[in-house]
Amino acid sequence: MSATTLRRQAGRRPRVLLYTAMIVLAAFYLLPVFLLLITSLKSFDQVSLSRMWDLPTSLSLQSFDSAWNGGKGVIGLKGSFLNSIKLVVPATIISCMLGSLNGYVLSKWRFPGANALFTAILFGMFIPYQSVLIPLVQVLTRIGLYGSISGLVLVHVVYGIPITTLIFRNYYAGVPTELVEAGQIDGSDFFGIYRHILLPLSIPGFVVVAIWQFTSIWNEFLFGLIITNQPEIRPVTVALQNLSGSQYTQWNVQMAGALLVALPTLIVYIFLGRYFLRGLMAGSLKG
Amino acid sequence: MQQARTQDVAASGRARRRRWLTRDRATALLMITPSVIAIAVFVYGFIGWTGYISLTKWIGIKADYTFVGLQNYGTIFNALRFQTDIRNTIVFTAFFLIGCLGLGLALALMIDSRVRGEAIFRSIYIFPMAISFIVTGVVWAWIFTPGKFPQDPTGLNLLFSKIGLGFLQSAWITDNRVLPGYILSGIKARIGVPMAMIPVIVAAVWQMSGFTMAMYLAGLRGIPEELREAARVDGASEWQVFQRITLPLLQPITLSAVIILGHISLKIFDLVLTMTGGGPGNATDVPGIFVYDITFNANKIAQGAAAAVVMLLLVAVLIVPYLIYNARTEVER
Amino acid sequence: MLYAQRWLRLFAPFAILAMLLAACGSTAPSTSSESSNASSNASSNASSNSSAAQPTAAAAEAPTTAAEPTAATSAEAPTAATSSGSTASGSGKLEIFSWWTNGGEADGLNAMYDVYKQQNPGIEIVNATVAGGAGTNAKAVLQTRLQGNQPPDSWQVHAGRETLSYVDYLQPLTQFFKDEGLDKVMPKLLLDQLNINGEIYTVPVNIHRSNMLWYNPKIFKDNNLTPPKTLDEFFTVAEALKAKGITPLAMGGKDGFEASHLFESVLLATFGPDDYTKLWTGDETAWADERVLTAINTMGKMLTYANSDRSAIGWADAAQMVIDGKAGMTIMGDWAEGYFLSKGAKGHEDYEWAASPGTDGVFLWLSDSFGLAKGAPHPDAATAWLKVCGSKEGQDAFNPKKGSIPARTDADKSKYDEYLQWSIDQFGKDKLAPSAVHGAATTNTYQTAFHNALEVFSANPDATALASALTEAVPDLTR
Repeated sequence: MSATTLRRQAGRRPRVLLYTAMIVLAAFYLLPVFLLLITSLKSFDQVSLSRMWDLPTSLSLQSFDSAWNGGKGVIGLKGSFLNSIKLVVPATIISCMLGSLNGYVLSKWRFPGANALFTAILFGMFIPYQSVLIPLVQVLTRIGLYGSISGLVLVHVVYGIPITTLIFRNYYAGVPTELVEAGQIDGSDFFGIYRHILLPLSIPGFVVVAIWQFTSIWNEFLFGLIITNQPEIRPVTVALQNLSGSQYTQWNVQMAGALLVALPTLIVYIFLGRYFLRGLMAGSLKG
Repeated sequence: MQQARTQDVAASGRARRRRWLTRDRATALLMITPSVIAIAVFVYGFIGWTGYISLTKWIGIKADYTFVGLQNYGTIFNALRFQTDIRNTIVFTAFFLIGCLGLGLALALMIDSRVRGEAIFRSIYIFPMAISFIVTGVVWAWIFTPGKFPQDPTGLNLLFSKIGLGFLQSAWITDNRVLPGYILSGIKARIGVPMAMIPVIVAAVWQMSGFTMAMYLAGLRGIPEELREAARVDGASEWQVFQRITLPLLQPITLSAVIILGHISLKIFDLVLTMTGGGPGNATDVPGIFVYDITFNANKIAQGAAAAVVMLLLVAVLIVPYLIYNARTEVER
Repeated sequence: MLYAQRWLRLFAPFAILAMLLAACGSTAPSTSSESSNASSNASSNASSNSSAAQPTAAAAEAPTTAAEPTAATSAEAPTAATSSGSTASGSGKLEIFSWWTNGGEADGLNAMYDVYKQQNPGIEIVNATVAGGAGTNAKAVLQTRLQGNQPPDSWQVHAGRETLSYVDYLQPLTQFFKDEGLDKVMPKLLLDQLNINGEIYTVPVNIHRSNMLWYNPKIFKDNNLTPPKTLDEFFTVAEALKAKGITPLAMGGKDGFEASHLFESVLLATFGPDDYTKLWTGDETAWADERVLTAINTMGKMLTYANSDRSAIGWADAAQMVIDGKAGMTIMGDWAEGYFLSKGAKGHEDYEWAASPGTDGVFLWLSDSFGLAKGAPHPDAATAWLKVCGSKEGQDAFNPKKGSIPARTDADKSKYDEYLQWSIDQFGKDKLAPSAVHGAATTNTYQTAFHNALEVFSANPDATALASALTEAVPDLTR
C-alpha cells in the first residue's frame, strides 16, 4: 500500500462523512414535505395519526381536485389564487421601488438625522401585527380601502418598507460613493444618478427583495383575514384556512391545498434561488 | 477605501458650506417622504394608539376610554399566563437564534467545501422558507404528536420504533416539564426551558435555517481565497483559519441575520398556534398568541394593548444594541 | 418637456401613495396619462411604479352601483363588487357571516340559503365565512368589522349569554319572536335562557348537546361493560379498561376547549341542573361552594384515565381513537356524530352514545343563532333571512345536514338520523341546562379565561390553582 493511497483514504473519510451528514440533513428537510405529499394522496378515511407514515393504498388525486375546484361543502382555492396574484405582484413591485428609493436616499444622500430616521423605519419591522388590527381597520375604512385588495396591497407595502429599506440601504452602502460623485460632476441630477449608476447595479438587490416580499406576502394570513371581508377577494392563505371546518378538518384536502398554495413560492425558489444567493452575495444583507 | 471615505466627508463638508439644500437634496427628501408618512401613521401612530388604549379600561367590543393608568400592566404581569409567555419568548428566541445561526453556518460551510450536487442541496435546504408557517405547523404537529408510546406511538415516535430507535421516543409537544424549573418568589411561572417548546424550535429552525445558510454562503463566497491561503502559508491550521479569518469576516452577516430572525422570533404566532395551540397548558404559549386571544376572544382590548406594548419593549432590548453598533461603525466610516 | 418630466418624477411617489390611500376618481386617470407621457427612458422607475399600482386603484374606483360579482371575467370585478357590498343600501343583497366553511355545516347552510332564495328570488347572498379555531378567527374578523362600523347584515353567534358581547350592535328581536310565533314553538326554558337583560337578540337555528358520552360498543361488549350512568360507575369502567391496556378516556386539547368541555359535564353531574346554572350568573358565592373542589378533584381523577398526549390532538382525533378501538370512551358534544359519519363509521357498530356520566335526564344545550345588525346595510333582506332561520322549513333543511336538532319542537322527525331522533326526544322531555363552554351560559370574555384555566389544569392538575383561577374569572361572567 503506497503512501498516496493511504493519504487518499484518509482524505476520503471526512468526505464520506460530509456527504452522509448532508444527505441526513436533506432527509430532515424533506421529511415534512414527504408527509404532506402522502397525506394529500390519501382519502379521508385513510387519514389518521397512527397510520400517518403509511403510503396511500391507491393513487388518488381526488383531494387535489376538491382543494382546487371545491367539492362537497368545500370552496376551492381556484378563485382566490387570482386574488393572491393581484395582491402579490403590485405589492412586490411597489415594495421594491419604494425600498430602492429609500435605500438610495438613506445611503447616498445623507442628511442630518438620516441614521435616526433609518432606525425609526427599521423599528417598524418589529411591530406585532395582532395589536394593530383594530386601528388598521378603522384607518382603512376611513380612507375607503377596507375590504379591497388595494387596501391589502397598501398594508403589505407599508409594513414591507422597513425590510426593503434595510436591504437596499445595505446594498447601496457597498456601491462606492465615488461613482455618485462622478455622476454629480457629470451633471446628473438625483434621478440621473439613480437611473444610470445605481439601478443597473441593483438587479441582485431587487431579486433578493422581490423574493423576500413575494414569499412573505404570499404566505401572509392575518392581514388577509382581517382586511378582506368578502369571500370573492380573499387571498389564497385565507381560502386555505377555510378548507378546514370549524369542527374538524379533512386533512387530505387541507394538505393537497397546502401543496397547491406553496407551488408558486416553490417555483420562485427553485428557479430564482441562484439569483437570490447571488443577490445576497452582492451585499444586500452584509449589515 | 479609507482614503475615499475621508474624501467623501471632505466633499460633503464643502457642499454643506456652500449650500446644503440643493435641488437634488430636496428631491431626495421628497422621495423619502411618502415612506416616512406611511411609517409615521401605520407604525408610530398605531403604537401610540396601542399605548393609549393600554391605559384605558376597554373591555368588550365597544370602545371605553376611561383612564385607569397602569392597571392593565399590573394585571397582565401578575397573570401566570403572561409571565409564562415572557419566559417562553425568551427561551424560543435564544434557541431559535442559536439553532438557525449554528445550523445555517454549518450548512454553508458544508456546501462551500466544493461538494457535488451543490445546487440540489442548496435548494433542498432553502425551500422550507417558501412554505407558509400555517402549513408547516400542521405537519410538524403531526410529526411531534407522540401517541401512546412505547406501545402505540404516532408520528416521529412511530418512525423511531419502526427503524429500531425506540429508545429515542419522547413526549415531544405534550411534555409538560419545565427544566430545571426554578421557583423564584414573586414570580408565578417556573424558570427554565419548557420541554414542549423544543419541537416548536426544531420546526422554526427547519423553516429559517436555509435562509441563514444562504446569507452565510454569500458571506463565505465574498471572502477572498487569497486571504485564507495567506494564512495557511503562514502555518495556520484549518481551524485557526476559520476562527481567526472566516468567522470575524462573517460577523456583519450574523448581525443582519440576528435582526431578521429576531423579528420573526419575537412575533412568532402562526407556527405555534397551528403546532401546539400554546399547550400543554401554556407551555408553548407566546405573547403573539396571548395578544390575539386576549384581544379578539376575550375582548379585553386594553390588556391586549398592554401586552403588545410589553412585546415592543422586548424588541427594543434586542434591537437597540444592534443600532448602537450600527451607528458606531457609521462613525468609523 | 424636460422640465415637465422632472416634476413628474418628483411627484410619482406621492401619486402612488395618493392612489393607494385615496383610490379616488381623479387620481388614477391623471396618473396613468402622466405615466404614459413619461414612459420615455428617463423615467422608467416612475412609470413602472405607477403602472403597477394603477390596476388596483382603478378597481377600487369602479362605480359602486355596478354590482356584478359573478363576472369573474373582468379582473376588476371582485373588487368592484366589494365596494358596492359595503356601501350600497338595499340593492338586492344580503351578507351572512358565519364560521361554517366545510362539510355538514356548510351543506346545511347552503340548504338554508336555498330555502331563502326560493322565498326571496332576486336577492343575492354573500356568504362571508371565516374558518379556523372553532370560530376564533371569525370572532376576530367580526370584532374589527363592528368596530370599523362595517357590520354584516346578520352573523352567527352562540345563542344565550355569548350574545351579551354583541348587544350594542344587535337589534332586539323580542317582538320578532312574537310576530313569527317563535315564542310558542320553542321550549319555555330555552326562551328564558336566550333572554339578555329583558330582550331576545338572536334566532336559534339548531340545538347541539354537550353532555354526551361516546363509546366503542365492541370494547364494552368484549369486556362485559355497560356505559357508566354515574361518575362512580365511570371510574369502575375506566379501571376495567385500563387493566385491559385500553385507554379508558380519549381526550383532546389542541382546539382549546376539550378540557373545559369535559369539566362542564363534571360540574353538571356534581351540582345538578339548577345549581349548575347558578354558577354562571356572576355570583361569587356560587363558586365558594365546596362542591367546586369535589368537581375539580373528580376531573383530576378522570385525567389519570385519559391519553397523555391529549394536548397535541384535537377532539376529532380523540373521537377517532374511539372508533379505531384504541380508546373506550370520549366525552364530547354531539358534533362528534357528524365526524363519525364522515369517517364512514356506523352507529351501534363502531360507536354508541349515552348521556355523560351522572347527567342523564339533563340536556346541556348549546345553539347557533343569527341576529340582525344595528345599521344593517340590507335590513329587509336580513329580516327575511331571520324568518327562514326560525322557520320549520329552514330548520329542517339545515339541521339534518349539520347533524344537530331544530330549536323548534314541531320538527319533522323523519328527516333526521337515528341519533338525532333520539336527541329530539330527549330535548322534548329532559331538563335544559345551558352550556358554559359553548356560549349558552357565558360570554366570550369568560370563556377565554375558563378554557385557559382548564387547559393548564389538564397539563398540570393542581386543584388549588384551578380553584383560584376559576374564582378570579367570576367577574368576566358579566362582561
